Amino acid sequence: MFGSISYSLKQGIIQLFRNKGMAAASIFSILAMLLILGMVFVISVNVNMFTEVVKQDYDQVEVFLLDKTTQEEAEVLMTKLTAHEGVKAVEYRSKEKALEILKDRWGESGYLLDSLGRNPLPASIMISVDSLDKASEVADFAGTLKGIDDIQFYKETVEKLTKITNFLQASAVVIMAFLVFISVIVVSNTVKLTVHARQREIRIMRYVGATNWFIRGPFIVEGIVMGVISALLATGFIMFIYNKLIEAVGSQILAIVSTPLISVEYLTINMGIIFLALGTAIGVWGSIVSMRRFLSA
Amino acid sequence: MIRFDHVTKKYKTNIGLDDVSVSIEKGDFVFLVGPSGAGKSTFIKLILKEINADGGDIYVGDFHVNSLSNRTIPKFRRKIGIVFQDFRLLHKKTVYENVAFAMEVLHKPHRLIRKQVPQILSLVGISDKAHKYPDELSAGEQQRVAIARAIVNNPAVLIADEPTGNLDPDTAWEIMDLLDQINLRGTTIVMVTHAKDIVDRMKKRVIAIEKGHIVRDEKGAYGYNLEEVE
Ligand SMILES: Nc1ncnc2c1ncn2[C@@H]1O[C@H](COP(=O)(O)OP(=O)(O)OP(=O)(O)O)[C@@H](O)[C@H]1O
Ligand SMILES: [Mg+2]
Repeated sequence: MFGSISYSLKQGIIQLFRNKGMAAASIFSILAMLLILGMVFVISVNVNMFTEVVKQDYDQVEVFLLDKTTQEEAEVLMTKLTAHEGVKAVEYRSKEKALEILKDRWGESGYLLDSLGRNPLPASIMISVDSLDKASEVADFAGTLKGIDDIQFYKETVEKLTKITNFLQASAVVIMAFLVFISVIVVSNTVKLTVHARQREIRIMRYVGATNWFIRGPFIVEGIVMGVISALLATGFIMFIYNKLIEAVGSQILAIVSTPLISVEYLTINMGIIFLALGTAIGVWGSIVSMRRFLSA
Repeated sequence: MIRFDHVTKKYKTNIGLDDVSVSIEKGDFVFLVGPSGAGKSTFIKLILKEINADGGDIYVGDFHVNSLSNRTIPKFRRKIGIVFQDFRLLHKKTVYENVAFAMEVLHKPHRLIRKQVPQILSLVGISDKAHKYPDELSAGEQQRVAIARAIVNNPAVLIADEPTGNLDPDTAWEIMDLLDQINLRGTTIVMVTHAKDIVDRMKKRVIAIEKGHIVRDEKGAYGYNLEEVE
C-alpha cells in the first residue's frame, strides 16, 4: 500500500513535468475559475459584514409604557418579554432616563427641556432581539401585553434591509454555484483531453496487468498537485489585489458606510482553505471522472 | 498450459472462431498462421480476455479465463507476457522505465527492480539504450524493449501477435533468435505470423486457422491450406 502511494506520488509528479502543456492548461482553467469565485467571495463577505453591522442598529424594539404603569408591573412585563423566544435582552428606561437621552441628543439646545414643568416622555422597555427577522414577531407579542401604550421599531427599514440582504446572499450563492458548474465543465474537458491523449498509454498499462487504481494513482496525484498550485496562485493573486484595494479605498469606504472592509488576514485564511479544498476536489474529480470511460473493462 | 474447448466467437456479421478445440503444452513454441481475417488475432484476444467467447471454455494455466471477473483480469494478465507488431511502448517513459513499469505494477521492491531491469535489458541486447525514449530507437530495438517488458516478470506464457511484422528480415531473425532463447528457458510461446520463411526454418509446431477453423496442426512448415503443402 505504502509502496503504491509512493509510486503514485513519484509518477504523478514526473507525469506532470512531462506534460507541461496540458498541466499548464488545467492549472490555468482552475485558476481562472478560482479567481472569479474569489471576487464573488470577497464581495459577498463584505456585503455580509456590512449588513451585519447595519442590522445591529436595528435589532431593537422599543415598548412605551402607559404613565399609570407602575415599576412593579413593568418588571412583570420585562420577565414575560425576556422569556419570549428570540429576545436577547431587555432594558428598562425610566421617564428620567428618556429625558436624559433626549437632552443628550439635542445637545446645546438641551437646556430648553429644563424649563418643562412635567416630564412628558413615557417610560419604556428596550428589547434587543436575536435577529432582525424576530423583531416583527416580538413586537406583535408585546402588543398583546397590558400596560403598554405604543410600540416602535424600524419595521419598514428592517424589512427592506432584510429583503436586500437575502437577495444579495441568494444571488451570491447562485453566481458561485453557476461558476463552479462552468469551471467543472471546463476543467473536466481539459482533463479529458489529457486522458484522451494518454488513452493509448492506459490501454498498454492494462495489457501489462495494471489495476485501475494503479493506473489512476498518478493521475490523481497530478490532479491534486494541479489543484494545489492553482489554489496557491489564486489566493496569492486575490490577496495582492485586495491589499491594494484596501490601501486605495479602504478609508473612504469606512467613512461612507461606517463599516470596515474584511481584513486581509481573515480573507487569506478562509479563502485559502476554500480554494485548496475546491482546487484539489476539482483536480481529483476531473481525473477520476474523465478516466472512467477508459478504465471500464 | 493453454486449452480451448469448443470455443466459438462471433462478431456481428463475421465469424471470429468457430468451435475451436486445441491444447498447447507447457514449454511449447507454437506458430499461429492463416490468411488475413482467419481469426488469429481473435484467438490471441480470447486468451488475454480482451474479448469474451460466445461459447466453449478457455483455460490458461490455473485460470478458467471465461469466468475471470474484471477485478481479477489484471492479476491474470500479469502471468502472461504480450508482444505486439506495433510494440506498444509507453512513449513518455524511457526504455528502463518501460520495463520497470511492468515490475512496479506487481509492487516489486525497488531493490529488485534496480537489479533485474538491467539484467533483462542486457539479455535482449539493449543495455546501452536504457535511458533513451522509444521514439529514439529503431523498430528492432523497440521490439526488444517490448520483449524485455513482456518477460521481466518471468511469465509462463509469451504471446506475440506478428512481432516481426514491422521489421526488416535481418532484424526479424534477431528477434526470432531472442524468442527461441526465451522458449529454451521454459516459457511457452504462441506467435502469430505471416512470415513463411521464419516458420519454415524454425521447425516448430504450426497451427493453421482459416475462416475460424483450425485446418492444420503439425510440426514443420507454413502453409495454411492443405493444397499448398506439397
Ligand atoms: N471488432 C470486430 N468487429 C467485427 N468483426 C471483427 C472484429 N474483429 C475481427 N473481426 C472479424 O473477425 C474475423 C477474424 O479477425 P481476426 O482479427 O481474428 O483476423 P486475423 O487472423 O488476425 O487477420 P490478420 O492476419 O489480418 O491480422 C475477420 O473476419 C474480422 O473482420
Ligand atoms: Mg491479426
